[in-house]
Amino acid sequence: MAASPPVLHHRRHAPPLYGVIAEFENPGDLVHAARKVYDAGYRRINGYSPYPIEELSEAIGFTHTSLPLIVFIGGVIGGLSGFFMQYWIEVIDYPINVGGKPYNSWPAFVPITFEMTVLFAAFSAVLGMLILNKLPQPYHPVFNAPNFALATRDRFFLAVEANDAMFDHDKVTDLLKNLGAIEVSDVEV
Amino acid sequence: MAEETENRPYIEGPMHSTAPVIDPGLTFASVTDKISSIVLKRKTSLAWFFGFAISFALFQLMLLTITNLVFVGIGLWGVNVPVAWGIDILNFVWWIGIGHAGTLISAILLLLRQKWRTSINRFAEAMTLFAVAQAGMYPIFHLGRPWLMYWLFPYPNTMDIWPQFRSPLMWDVFAVSTYATVSALFWFVGLIPDFATLRDRARSKPFQILYGMLAMGWRGSARHWHRYEMAYLLLAGLATPLVLSVHTIVSFDFAVGIIPGWHATIFPPYFVAGAIYAGFAMVLLLTIPLRRFYGLEGFITMRHMHNMAKVMLATGLIVGYGYIMEAFFGWYSGNKYERFMIWNRMHGPYHLYYWSLILCNIITPQFLWIKKVRSNLLALWIISFIVSIGMWLERFVIVITSLHRDYLPSSWGMYQPTQWDWGMFIGTIGFFFTLLFLFIRFLPMISIFEMRTILPEAEVEE
Repeated sequence: MAASPPVLHHRRHAPPLYGVIAEFENPGDLVHAARKVYDAGYRRINGYSPYPIEELSEAIGFTHTSLPLIVFIGGVIGGLSGFFMQYWIEVIDYPINVGGKPYNSWPAFVPITFEMTVLFAAFSAVLGMLILNKLPQPYHPVFNAPNFALATRDRFFLAVEANDAMFDHDKVTDLLKNLGAIEVSDVEV
Repeated sequence: MAEETENRPYIEGPMHSTAPVIDPGLTFASVTDKISSIVLKRKTSLAWFFGFAISFALFQLMLLTITNLVFVGIGLWGVNVPVAWGIDILNFVWWIGIGHAGTLISAILLLLRQKWRTSINRFAEAMTLFAVAQAGMYPIFHLGRPWLMYWLFPYPNTMDIWPQFRSPLMWDVFAVSTYATVSALFWFVGLIPDFATLRDRARSKPFQILYGMLAMGWRGSARHWHRYEMAYLLLAGLATPLVLSVHTIVSFDFAVGIIPGWHATIFPPYFVAGAIYAGFAMVLLLTIPLRRFYGLEGFITMRHMHNMAKVMLATGLIVGYGYIMEAFFGWYSGNKYERFMIWNRMHGPYHLYYWSLILCNIITPQFLWIKKVRSNLLALWIISFIVSIGMWLERFVIVITSLHRDYLPSSWGMYQPTQWDWGMFIGTIGFFFTLLFLFIRFLPMISIFEMRTILPEAEVEE
């Protein structure tokens, strides 16, 4: 976002714009509008809803997340470190003969290896999700949108961001108004 | 009723189960307002203060017991050779077993796409977390020198020694601490969108700030939801084998030992089934009064009660099979010590415990075959209470009757719990309920955002 978007030129004295946001009454209208806006060529768009809507993330073209890979890698690291921690301790650093069992009595190491796998994978899932989502994030421009407190109750929002290559304030506003939004408003940064 | 329900997509399951998963009249707005008002708007009732006060008083008993125990030593408990594990290890197993229903409801039923889990999972997870907190205290204070409990963890130290990883007791340390951590993570992740709901509904500044910080800036973005759903699903997938492993490892604490009555291969599945059995009994025990008191009949319907009763019946039958197999193994082994162990359970000095256990855990749940009983909340509550006692007796029979008479008659002995054993047990019940009362007062006890997903409005119609 180095160069200021061309859109802002005609509203030079207004505060910088984050984007335009439209409010919808039900999930069907939101998903429908999101599809149309995406089809019109806008890419920097995002929907906001009080509960997860599978169709919505598809509609805005967001279908891939690397979270499963992160969790898999976390689990593998956990499992390996769980096993080799026990191996190193029981075989290399502190070998003790217990009932004539081999130092590398690997079946006895399975439970802790398993627990460490789950522990690391679970932390990867939670931290991975938070980091990819850039949370915690105390301030975000969409919180300035009118009625946005209802996004956690029963209202649905669609934002087109000002840094979209095609963004034109008036065109976007018209498009959203024609898609059944009950209110369309500007969101300041 | 049948015609009425035919076109409703949110009613699933077998035909004979006509009670809906959620009251059909609810909307996004009413679900949100009704659940969040319990935390934010409704005046805290006198009954809440009364219940909290009693729990908090009992919690003080726990603190008193622990203080005394740390100063005097675990001789304060009735444990001694040959019964070195008394009711305090029993209580550890009992509490951790109770926790298992929460994870089963939140993780396994999620993977099985059982929509009815949605109204009870938050509460059941809280129950898990609080039960595991109680469970964890017993082995720690049983160490005798609890201030050295960090010795259980492998950390580089100046003594140049390491824990012994071939022991099930070490596995237990990892299993229980992982279970507690993952349960807490799962619970917290589930709460994030609801914290945002509370942040946006709270009227007073301190609560806005508190819930705002906990919500971490959650704004319901579609991209966030997508990753969130993935994380939640993966956590459920991880918690499922985890919960099975935890009670398996708890059973190894016994099964790896060579004591007759402990050394049995059936222990892991039998312990896991017992844990789920006890856990569902506790969920019923708590939700029946709670839903009545807070008027949550629209969210936690008779459908939930029926389903939980059926899970209880099924796991109860598995546990019953476990008891029969234990007796069969004892006889079929041809080993005189094993045979004596079974004889001693049935006719020895603790025979009353054994027969009460059979009565509580095998006979009582058979009433759940009858639909009328499953529909009667009082009957269901009483059965759940009896099952909770039965599961406590089961662990008594396993831990104490197995230990008190093993191979050498010269080292036989009797075990009597002291007032401090009971103080600890009653105290942890107090602590459990203290946490539970705080939870229902300050956090949404039903997952608001998940309830929205099962509403008829949530269907996307373009």
